[in-house]
Amino acid sequence: MQDRTHSEHGHVFAQGARDGIPIGLGYFAVAFSLGISAKAAGLDPFQAFTASLLTIASAGEYAAFTLIAAGASYLEMAAVIFITNCRYILMSCAMSQRLDPETSTLHRIGMGTFITDEIFGASISREGYLNPQYTYGLASTSVLPWAFGTMFGVIAGNILPASVVTALSVSIFGMFIAIIVPPARKDPVVLFTVLASFLLSWLSGQVSLFSSVSEGTRIMILTVIIASAVALLFPVKEEQDA
Amino acid sequence: MRNNYIYIAVMAGVSFLIRVLPMTVIRKQIKSRFLRSFLFYVPYVTLAVMTFPAIITAAAHPLAGAVALAAGVLLAWMGGGLFPVAVLCSVTVFVMDALL
Repeated sequence: MQDRTHSEHGHVFAQGARDGIPIGLGYFAVAFSLGISAKAAGLDPFQAFTASLLTIASAGEYAAFTLIAAGASYLEMAAVIFITNCRYILMSCAMSQRLDPETSTLHRIGMGTFITDEIFGASISREGYLNPQYTYGLASTSVLPWAFGTMFGVIAGNILPASVVTALSVSIFGMFIAIIVPPARKDPVVLFTVLASFLLSWLSGQVSLFSSVSEGTRIMILTVIIASAVALLFPVKEEQDA
Repeated sequence: MRNNYIYIAVMAGVSFLIRVLPMTVIRKQIKSRFLRSFLFYVPYVTLAVMTFPAIITAAAHPLAGAVALAAGVLLAWMGGGLFPVAVLCSVTVFVMDALL
């Protein structure tokens, strides 16, 4: 019985590892462009590798590197990481509702550590109680490419011609687009939210009030204002989750 | 000059707590409808604000960035995944910047 449980665990882990490969490939390419921002912020390859391995957040890291480049305070860093990674709170809550109540605290910590948009999406799409082994499998083939991609971005960013670096730096925005467009297509309120955010983001760049605050703070202020307004105007339905 | 390792520790520490605390501490559904709605919309606002107008200014020519945005939105709208959309935006900027 014990052996059977172990081999089942191994099987689920292997499934996760296989499903994590395309995620890892995408991560590597996007992380490479993130590495270019890390280099611009003055991080060396090892620091960029460590930052990516321990943070595993595209938008959050991008905002963080922007802050480092600007010489922001540590408190501002904590606030911006909190805001840009706020969605992981929701994902962590959503995953908590799908766990076997018997799931140990250690597994809860383990699974939570690897929550990203894609790992969350793949984990939660499976039927029944979530199996920690599947999430670990996903992470096993995707998190290291993310960290190495960032490191190589720092190393190779200055070998590549400026036109290639510029093109690669745009890929991170492509990834953001790929995350926000599908839900915007399905939900008119999300579409409205995205368009309003585009408009207000552009307007805030034109207003002198915002010219004195850092990019991270601008993102944080806009996020709190817009998300609060939309939450008041269009509260989610009771059964609507994550 | 601040220390990069302290920055990284703050990034990693806050990210870890955000991901792990709800899953380990909160074992019931969040009750506040406002809070749940707010958390639901946060990712879309943050990502949208970071994308625009930054994608326009990231390219050497604003028009190249605008076309990359339009192309990326179109592909994602038609069901393109993370990797294809990211590649399309990059290639679009590369080609447009070369032509303009």
